[in-house]
Amino acid sequence: MSEVILKNVAKKFSTKTLGEVTAVDDFNLTIREGECFSLLGPSGCGKTTTLRMIAGFEDLSDGEIWIGDKPVSVKKRNLYVQPEDRGLGMVFQAFAVWPHLNVFENVAFPLRVRKVRKSEMDSRIAEALKHTGLSGLERTFPSDLSGGQLQRIALARAIVMNPKVLLLDEPLSNLDPKLRESMRFEIKEVQRRFNFTIVYVTHDQAEAMALSDRMLVMDMGKIQQIDTPTNMYNNPANKFVYGFLGLSNFVDVTIADGKVYPEGASGQAIECGIPKDFSESAGTLASRPNEIDLLAEGGYRTEVKARIFLGDYTEYRMDVGDREIRVQTASEHGFHVGDKVGLDFTRVKWYSRDEGISDAERERRKII
Amino acid sequence: MKLFSRSSPDMPGRGFDINKLLMIACLLILIVTVAMPMLMIVYNTFFYGFTFDWQMFVHVIMDPSNVQAMWNTILIAFWVTLLGTLLGVFYAWLIGRTNIPLKNLMKTLFVIPYMFPPFIGAVAWGLLLSPRAGYINRMWMQMMGTREALFNINSIAGIVFVQICYYFPFVFLQVVSALERMDPTLEESARISGANQLYVIRKITLPLVVPAIAAGAMLILISTLSHFGVPAMLGFSRGIFTLPTKIYELINRSAGSFEGIRQGAALSILLVLVVVIALWLQRKILKAGHYDIIRGKSMRPMLINLRGAKYPLLFVCLASLFVIVVLPLFIIFAVGSLRAYGLPLQLSNMTLANFHHVLFSSRMAQDAIRNSFVLSISSAIIAMFVGTMIAYVVVKVKVKGKALLEILALLPYSVPGIVLAIGVILMWSGTFYLNLYNTIWIILVAYIARYVAFAMKSSSASLEQVHYSLEEAARSCGATHLESLRDITVALIRPGMIAGFFLIFLPAMRELTTSILLYGPYTRTLGVAIYAINAEGNITQSAALSAIAILIIMLGNLALRFVTRERRRVS
Repeated sequence: MSEVILKNVAKKFSTKTLGEVTAVDDFNLTIREGECFSLLGPSGCGKTTTLRMIAGFEDLSDGEIWIGDKPVSVKKRNLYVQPEDRGLGMVFQAFAVWPHLNVFENVAFPLRVRKVRKSEMDSRIAEALKHTGLSGLERTFPSDLSGGQLQRIALARAIVMNPKVLLLDEPLSNLDPKLRESMRFEIKEVQRRFNFTIVYVTHDQAEAMALSDRMLVMDMGKIQQIDTPTNMYNNPANKFVYGFLGLSNFVDVTIADGKVYPEGASGQAIECGIPKDFSESAGTLASRPNEIDLLAEGGYRTEVKARIFLGDYTEYRMDVGDREIRVQTASEHGFHVGDKVGLDFTRVKWYSRDEGISDAERERRKII
Repeated sequence: MKLFSRSSPDMPGRGFDINKLLMIACLLILIVTVAMPMLMIVYNTFFYGFTFDWQMFVHVIMDPSNVQAMWNTILIAFWVTLLGTLLGVFYAWLIGRTNIPLKNLMKTLFVIPYMFPPFIGAVAWGLLLSPRAGYINRMWMQMMGTREALFNINSIAGIVFVQICYYFPFVFLQVVSALERMDPTLEESARISGANQLYVIRKITLPLVVPAIAAGAMLILISTLSHFGVPAMLGFSRGIFTLPTKIYELINRSAGSFEGIRQGAALSILLVLVVVIALWLQRKILKAGHYDIIRGKSMRPMLINLRGAKYPLLFVCLASLFVIVVLPLFIIFAVGSLRAYGLPLQLSNMTLANFHHVLFSSRMAQDAIRNSFVLSISSAIIAMFVGTMIAYVVVKVKVKGKALLEILALLPYSVPGIVLAIGVILMWSGTFYLNLYNTIWIILVAYIARYVAFAMKSSSASLEQVHYSLEEAARSCGATHLESLRDITVALIRPGMIAGFFLIFLPAMRELTTSILLYGPYTRTLGVAIYAINAEGNITQSAALSAIAILIIMLGNLALRFVTRERRRVS
């Protein structure tokens, strides 16, 4: 059994400037055996704190955490298993490769702590190094290696004990973009071979979607949505999740006589269906830049304000009411700045107005 | 307005270059103040007039009492380094990695010995623990009804003890800052790998701070090898000599005769050799291990819960702070207020007469305070400008020979003060048509040579943060080289220069080692006056003058703190 279960987990910090801050609030989550599960959210949302509570570096303020069928943190019983006794593997953002030990010694550390026999140790290290592409670098010291290689050492060190659960704390964010993409596959590959449960923390939605079987978006210490990447991208539960999972346009609208009028526009309506279950008279339309088509005639009439050629596609900017929206299209329309153009919203999502929390509040929380 | 007023296609060029001029000026200053005195020591050791004479050197270094002094020096340095390092690491770990209370208070207090002149500490410990008259020893003898002293401070062990009190902060500060800068995930990843806290300390934390420990230990080693004040205060009366005090004694005994100075110079070479070996060791050790342990995304390090040991350890910390900081300070002020040395420390025996005498009647003390102020301020100002100039050439100018410049400027940093003093005597006592001996100028020259390195370090640290492009931008806006220097570079490093001023003013104010060889009848400095009054047996007056010196130094430190805080706010 290598599930990770969080029940009513909460974490409060007391800070000098802000008083008590709730970093994680009433968190309920079951991460299934063998799955790759991502915690995704902006900085200060509490995702790293959650991971550190699972690892045992932070105690809980409330609730309990189970790994497999054993409780590791239970606030009510004051049960708290030390990090070294939880049997986890972990990879940190800043690699945390020990600079005074060479590659072999770094990877050997967890085995040495547990006094594994020499012969077994050698074979396990060899295997871990093989699967992380580090064979041949055993005697090299970290100062002579690149960022990608350092992260592979951290990975090898985490898997050499064959843990049931591997925790990854933004492991790729210190790497350059190209390397980041190839490392994603390497992590998946290693998981497939060793078959452990992954808990992955990141603020990069592309990374989360590429890696995860299921994922979770959190904000301000609260879970916003738990789902598979596809479902979540296609059906974001709220405006925050929608905005976090890719490029987005939001247009505030009012509904009158079954028609949809953008705020600040002069009587022109957007042609799009109103969902039956949407009963409010005002709402927010959400649409991704590639879900809007440009028409020479018809559609919602507006004027091209800017045109940016970006190689694979072209981006246009125009006003809808008092909002500026972005449209990205691969086809060569040949519209120019100042041209009249029509917008066809092929796919929209509806959300209530004023969902979500002010940016100022979010900024404030970044301090913790 | 026309941009280019000349009609010719060539823009006006200029023949001479400020950078080259600066370089030559720096080199000249350093050759006269640093290189020549050092060479004079070597020359005078091996040449008598113009004839080669190596016998004197052999004679001096084979002399049994000199050999004994060398062994004492090494023995003291060994124990001070070893015990000071252990003490520094232990306290640094307590404050950096455990949940001991009152951390910030202790961090501030542990640094106080750093600014306290060690020879005044030696005076204080003499008052407390001299075998017969020391207050603690007398209390002990009374209490136990014995004539045996508890501890004799006038011994090798006593000298080691007092030096440890003042040198352990070198290691403490280095290690505390290394622990604070260390990425906590280095330790956390060891925990998650299955290691318990003790294992992590042994296998991860300690090895990672070894470079910091080594750097601090080497600082202690080199400082204590050249240290003069404590063995002079505590060892002279018992005939315990180290190399620096032996050099002083050789010259003092011969009443400043040329033969005495030559012998001192010869012994200096021995001392420099010992220091060079230590420096070589330092280079080797510091090169061996230098890890990049700076933290990335910061998280608080996990603190070790001391549980039951928390309050006993806190008591140990506070008790050692009491011994190292409070007790010596108290005894200096208390004895400085006594009507006569030896009276019980009671309020009825207290008087302000000593302070009054020292400040208003004693010609020697008044001279000393005035001289120290004049010397410290003027040497700090001059050394600050010269040091900044050198730092500018070393950091910003691409010219040949700047490595030599740097070596020359940093040389006095490692050359013992007493050796520098002998070099200065040999250089400025009429050898080159200029006799400054017995004047205040010779001390000023020595101070400048000694402290230029301080200013250079402070200024080059600031200069390294001023990017080339800032000056280039000024020049592209039409400023001349001199204008861009003045309005951009100097303006930006001014806080570093002011800090440099205080970094010279403070040690110069408490200087003893160099001035004790250079003073004349009316050019005593504070340190020399305290030493002399103490040697005359006017214990209460020397304590009073020490107390005044401490007050001046503390005020100076407050000013420095204020200046550096301002500086932080700016950046």
